[in-house]
Amino acid sequence: MRFALNSDQAALREAVRDLLRAECPPAVVRAGWPGEPDADPARVRRVWDQLAEMGVLGAAVPEADGGLGLDAVALVGLLEEAGRAALPLPLMETAFVAGPLLAAAGETTLVERLVAGDLIVAAVLDGSGLVPYAQVADALIVGDARSIGVDIRQQPTAALVTPPQFEPLRSLDGARGPGRVPADAGAALDADAAALRAAWERGVLGAAAQLIGLGRTLLALSADYVKERRQFGVAIGTFQAVKHQLADALLALEFAAPAVLRAAWSLDSGAETASRDVAAAKALASDAALQVAATALQVHGAIAYTVEYDLHLYAKRVWAGARAWGDADWQRARVAAALGLLPEEALR
Amino acid sequence: MDLTYTPAEEAFRAEARAWLEANVPHGLASGDTAEGFAQHLEWERRLYEARWAVVSWPERYGGRDASIWEWLIFEEEYYRAGAPMRVTQNGIFLLAPTIFEFGTPEQQDRILPRMAAARDLWCQGWSEPGAGSDLAATKARAVRDEANGGWRLTGQKTWTTRGAFCTHMFGLFRTDPDSERHRGLTYFMVPLDTPGVTVRGFGRLDGDEGFAEVFLEDAFVPDDAVLGGVDRGWSVAMATTGSERGLTLRSPGRFLSAAERLVALARERGAGEDALARDRVVRAWIDADAYQQFTLQQVTEIADGGATGARSSLNKLFWSQLDVRLHEAALDLLGPEAELDGPWSRGFLFALAGPIYAGTNEIQRNIVAERVLGLPRK
Repeated sequence: MRFALNSDQAALREAVRDLLRAECPPAVVRAGWPGEPDADPARVRRVWDQLAEMGVLGAAVPEADGGLGLDAVALVGLLEEAGRAALPLPLMETAFVAGPLLAAAGETTLVERLVAGDLIVAAVLDGSGLVPYAQVADALIVGDARSIGVDIRQQPTAALVTPPQFEPLRSLDGARGPGRVPADAGAALDADAAALRAAWERGVLGAAAQLIGLGRTLLALSADYVKERRQFGVAIGTFQAVKHQLADALLALEFAAPAVLRAAWSLDSGAETASRDVAAAKALASDAALQVAATALQVHGAIAYTVEYDLHLYAKRVWAGARAWGDADWQRARVAAALGLLPEEALR
Repeated sequence: MDLTYTPAEEAFRAEARAWLEANVPHGLASGDTAEGFAQHLEWERRLYEARWAVVSWPERYGGRDASIWEWLIFEEEYYRAGAPMRVTQNGIFLLAPTIFEFGTPEQQDRILPRMAAARDLWCQGWSEPGAGSDLAATKARAVRDEANGGWRLTGQKTWTTRGAFCTHMFGLFRTDPDSERHRGLTYFMVPLDTPGVTVRGFGRLDGDEGFAEVFLEDAFVPDDAVLGGVDRGWSVAMATTGSERGLTLRSPGRFLSAAERLVALARERGAGEDALARDRVVRAWIDADAYQQFTLQQVTEIADGGATGARSSLNKLFWSQLDVRLHEAALDLLGPEAELDGPWSRGFLFALAGPIYAGTNEIQRNIVAERVLGLPRK
């Protein structure tokens, strides 16, 4: 029994964290908001190129297809770091969902480009056709692969849409630049049901990992702020009303994070409980991140209710991410089904 | 990351499971009544004879030298088998770790074997009428008795769990009369049959006589009743409260087992039809599972030589709130039957104490905020 990253996984995570701390500060997150005065797609793309150089984009692609062939345990550590930096690009969708799925579908040319950093993929598999990051993507994967396990009647489906076709929409988080993809767009991916369901589970888990990282940044910003901000002649962090909210926010994060790592291990080891564990992890991560975001806004006060202060860059990502890839209620329904408390059909 | 146990650990689990299945008694009266306490003691002595009472202790004290992983496994199996609550827990889980850390070899040899065998039964003497969350306000005092080589204790302790049934008490007394707050306190271990000690049991929320107040009037204890040095009681006591808040008192096995029983109750009651009731059940189940994952991560850190420190307050906050929610979900499923005396209503009343004992959850939040998040004290 050992519940921790191994030294290679930890070192890679550390390297990604250092890279993003240096290369993806809040100014770069702002640069990822298309159409805004600070928009600078080239600058954002440079971060992507550096991630490609480190091998991160192909991290989950099998070695035979030119990737690193890393498992989910390694990936969730990296995605937590992407969340911590609020990286304004679909790293999770490209590296964790699309990379292995395109490899499974035999799209070798696309996989090569993806690994090299030459193909940003936006992906959504919840049947909504509403694809975050469509506006910056070179290819889209759109489908419905929601499932609670392998024994489900409805066949999962996914189409590859390249070049992207979509109706651009505005998101509350400008960096997500979403688009609505027509139902008949693209061509069906040549991937079997197991590969599609695995892609769905990776997306759910990756979303959870990013939420943990976002939560950590929001909490760190808040703890720093209440140490400095003075009212009534003292730092507001001395007030119990403030301390207790932040303690509760940390509590939620600290109990969601191990659930994410365990779910990754369940996926890697092919555990029978893998879907249930992924669902529980996303439910915990969504709730924790929403709680941290609400607390962060509250303890900052009015300064957080501006777009000039950086907090909104992370909070808006949480408000979107908590609902993407199945919100907490939906994920808990999956867990209920796995526990025999709900018929599987009820989830559709 | 490897969430599997070794063949040796699995063999340990199988041995524990087989023994527990064959030996666990059912239907004992409450361990917080005189009659039930005697029944529980009989069980504790059977555990001891089969060397399951204190698995993580050295063999010479009645243990198995079990690793912390094996201890976790034993806890899982213990609660999975529906075994009774441990009336020895305040000794074996709270005092013993402190004796292993601060006790002299003589104290260890004298106290630990009798504790393991449930011959000496230990209760805590922390709270006083004027010192609850504010433990440093302790007023009970110890006055030096040089002629007899010891100390004379005077004061009042209260909320002492199972004090009316125990034989010994550990707690803090002020040895330096001029001291204030955390200084000048000493950790004493006191036989409750010492002349000058009076114990009065009284009813807890469930009506059982599980509480006691302990009055001390010039009660003499020898020098070897001091644990960890005169006037050093605060740091010694903090080591014990760390155990209580953290892992040792409330291992995940207990909540995993309760969560499984909750899910079984929900199935039996057809709760799948009621989305809100179902969601409460699933939340409780997920939280119990999350506590297990958190613990596995924490034990890995401990096995790697790390210390939990102030983070043990996170454990305490989480399990105490989880326990309440879990039992509330069960009572919701029971509906009008929730008020009837039974395992869920009793478990609910027990759970309600969790956010209060071992340092209230408000104190824990202060500790987390100040010592984990680094917020200023003043």
